[in-house]
Amino acid sequence: MADARTKNHKERIMKNTFCIGGVHPHDNKAYSAHKAIVEAPLPKEAVVLLSQHIGAPAQPVVAVGDKVQVGTLLAKAGGFVSAPVHSPVSGKVSKIDNVLDGQGVPAPAIFIDVEGDEWLPTIDKSATLIHECTLEPKDIIQKIQDAGIVGLGGACFPTHVKLMPPPGKKAEVLIVNGVECEPYLTNDHQLMLEHGEEIIVGIKIVMKALGVNRAIIGIEANKPDAIQHMSELASRVLGIEVRALKVKYPQGGEKQLIDACIGRQVPSGALPIETGAVVDNVATLYAIYEAVQKNKPLISRVMTITGRDVKKPGNYLVRFGTPTAQLVEMVGGVPAKTGEVIAGGPMMGRSMSNIETMPANKRMSALLFMPEDECYRPQPSPCIRCAKCVDACPMGLEPYLLSSMAKGEEWEEMEKHKVMDCIDCGSCVFTCPAHRPLLDGIRAGKGKVGAMIRERQAAAKK
Amino acid sequence: MTSAAPHVHSGDSVQKNMLLVIVALLPAFAVSIVAFGWGALITTAISIAACVLTEWCITKYMLKQQPSLLDLSAVLTGLLLAMNLPSSLPWWMTVLGAVFAIGIGKMVFGGIGQNVFNPALVGRVFLLISFPAAMTTWPVAKGFATKYLDAETAATPLSYMKHAVLEGKQFELDSLKDAFLSCVPEHIMGGSMGEISAIALLIGGIFLICTRVISWHIPVSILGTVAVFTGILSACGIGSGPMTHLLTGGVMLGAIFMATDYVTSPMTAWGKIIFGVGIGVIVVVIRTWGAYPEGMSFAILIMNGCVPLLNRIAPKRFGEVVKK
Repeated sequence: MADARTKNHKERIMKNTFCIGGVHPHDNKAYSAHKAIVEAPLPKEAVVLLSQHIGAPAQPVVAVGDKVQVGTLLAKAGGFVSAPVHSPVSGKVSKIDNVLDGQGVPAPAIFIDVEGDEWLPTIDKSATLIHECTLEPKDIIQKIQDAGIVGLGGACFPTHVKLMPPPGKKAEVLIVNGVECEPYLTNDHQLMLEHGEEIIVGIKIVMKALGVNRAIIGIEANKPDAIQHMSELASRVLGIEVRALKVKYPQGGEKQLIDACIGRQVPSGALPIETGAVVDNVATLYAIYEAVQKNKPLISRVMTITGRDVKKPGNYLVRFGTPTAQLVEMVGGVPAKTGEVIAGGPMMGRSMSNIETMPANKRMSALLFMPEDECYRPQPSPCIRCAKCVDACPMGLEPYLLSSMAKGEEWEEMEKHKVMDCIDCGSCVFTCPAHRPLLDGIRAGKGKVGAMIRERQAAAKK
Repeated sequence: MTSAAPHVHSGDSVQKNMLLVIVALLPAFAVSIVAFGWGALITTAISIAACVLTEWCITKYMLKQQPSLLDLSAVLTGLLLAMNLPSSLPWWMTVLGAVFAIGIGKMVFGGIGQNVFNPALVGRVFLLISFPAAMTTWPVAKGFATKYLDAETAATPLSYMKHAVLEGKQFELDSLKDAFLSCVPEHIMGGSMGEISAIALLIGGIFLICTRVISWHIPVSILGTVAVFTGILSACGIGSGPMTHLLTGGVMLGAIFMATDYVTSPMTAWGKIIFGVGIGVIVVVIRTWGAYPEGMSFAILIMNGCVPLLNRIAPKRFGEVVKK
C-alpha cells in the first residue's frame, strides 16, 4: 500500500481542473438541490425500450401474455457491447411493438400492463448496508453484466465492457464521476448525500473487479456538502480519496475528469484505458452495489425534474418504462409559457417533441422545462473571428474552422483537423458572440468522417 | 419548439464586445479632449458619423442587405480611426479616411469578419500617403485653447527621434513620467489624439484583459519585443531607449487596441505571440532605419497580411502528449 502511494506521489500535483478550454454556464441547481429523493408513482402501463444503451439492441426473451415480476429478464443482450433489459414492474406483457420516442421516431419496446409490485424473490429489498463482497473479480463482472448495468452519466456504455480492458491494457486507478457539471441537474448530488455509503461499497467492488487499489472521487466545488460527506466516508477506506474540482464545464466529461484527477490526457483516437484510468458515474456505482450485493438488476434511476417555473421540481426515483406524460403530471404539469422540454441537461440534452409517450429509461437523467424567454435563439451573424470558440473548446479544436469546412463539405480536411475528437459538449456554441450554430456542422462532419473511417477500416481488413 | 443542443447561451454578443472596447477607449478619448479641445471632439464625431453612414449606405444600397449597425463595429472603427489622427485634420480629409476605411478596408472584403487588414489603419495609412503634410502636422496641446484657426504646431517626440537617428544621435524623452501620464496640460506630449497618454491606454488595456475581451498575448508580445529590440539597439548606440520607444507614437495604442482587433488577428495563442513579435520587430526597424518616423500602422498592416498563414498553427490539442 505504501509503495503505491509513494509511486503516485508526484502525480498529486493538486491539479483541480482540466487544462484546456471550458466555459461557465449558470449553475441553476437551486430549484432541485437538496430535495430528498422521492419515489415516482408506478405507471399503469410500462413501456420498456429494447435499446437503452450503446451497442446492439437487446433481444426479447418474453412473449405476449407472459407474467413478469420486477427484475424478470425481458430481453437478453444483443452481443458483447450490449446489455440485457429487465422488467421494472410486475404484470403481464401486453405487446412487443414500437413506441414513439422523444423525437417522434418509432423505437421497439416491450409493453407491460402493471399489476401490483411483486419483486423476484432473489432480490434483497432491505435497506441493510452490506459491506463485504466475497466474489471473484470475474464473477463480479458477470453479475454486473447480467444486471444490465450501463453508464448512468448519460452515455449508457455497457459497464462490463469498461471493466474488461482489452489485452495489453491494465487499469491503474478507478475514477468516480461525482462531478455533475450540467446546469440544473442534481440527481447525482442527492444520491451522494443519501446513499454515499452504498456508493463507497460499489467503488470497493469495482476496485476489486479491476484489480486496482486506488480510487479518486471527483466532485465539483459547488457541492461542498457532498465533498464533505464523501470525504468522511472515504477516509474510512484505504485507497479512496475525494478530489474537490474547480467548477468548470465540462469537468464531468470522461477525458476532462481523467486530466483533472491524474494529470493524464487520453490520446486522440484512443480509449481512456490508455491512461490507466477507468471512469464510472456515482449512479452507476450505486447500481453496481444494488446488483452485486442485493441481486437487483437495473430497473430504475434517480432523475432530476426541474425548471424555473416547474411547480414541484426535485429528484425522483423513476422506474424505467414510466411515460413522460406521467412524470410531467407528477411535477404539476407543463408550466405556462414553456418553450422547450429537454431530456437531460441544457448543454447536451435532447429537445423533445413528444412528451406524451416517450418512456423513462437508463439514458434519461433529467427532464428540464425551459421557459420561452430563455429559449429564443437570435439570428446568427457572421463570424467575427474572435477565437472565443477556440479558447472554449476543451479538446483544443477550432470550431469556427470545422464549421466552415462542414459548409464546404471538406470532410478530409475536417478529419485532419481532428473533428473526431469533438465530445459534443456545446462549449463553442455556448460562447459564440455571433450565435453561430457551430456544432451543427461539426456533428455533420463527425457523421461523415466516422463513416469514411469505418469504410477505410473495413477495406483494410479485406 | 425543439432545437439542437446546447440550449443555453452565455449571453455574449458582438455588440457587447464592441461596447467594451469603446468603453476601454474612453480614458484615452477623455485625455484627447483635455489635450486638444474642440479638435478632438469634432474629428471624432465626424469620423464616427462618416464610418457609420458609409457602412449603412454600402450595406443597404450596394449589397442590398439589412444593415446591422447595432453591432457597433462601424462606431468602433470610427473612434479608432479618430484616435489615430491629428486633431487638426481638415474635416473633409477625416470623411475621406472614414469612407476609405469602411469601404475599402472592410466592405470590399465582404463585410464584418471578412477583412484581412485593420480598417481603421487602412484609413489612416491612406490619409498618410495621400495627405502627408496634413497628417504629420501636430497641434500644440492646450486643451480648449488649442489653436486650430491660426494653427500652432510642434514636432512630436517621434520626429525628434527620427532626426536624432539620422544624425547618429540618441534622443531620449525629458520626462518619462510626463510621457507616461500625459494628461495634464503643459505636460502633454504631442501626437495623434489617442496615443498621447500611456496610462490612459493601459487602463483601457487592463480593463479589456480583465473582461476577457482580449487576451494578454498580443499586447505583451508587441511591447516586450519593442522593449528588448530597442534595448539591444540603444545599448549599441543606435536610436532611443526602450522607454522612449514604448511611450511615444502609436506603440501603446497599436499594441492594445489596433493589433488586437478580432477579425485581423490570429486565432491561436502561438499565432498571436508570433504576430506580436513580428509587429514589434517591424516597428523598430521602420523607426530606426525606415523613412517614416512612425512605423506602428505599417507594422500592424504587414502582419495582418500574415495572419492567414499564422492561422495554420493549430491550438494545443487535447491528448497530443501522453504523459505517462
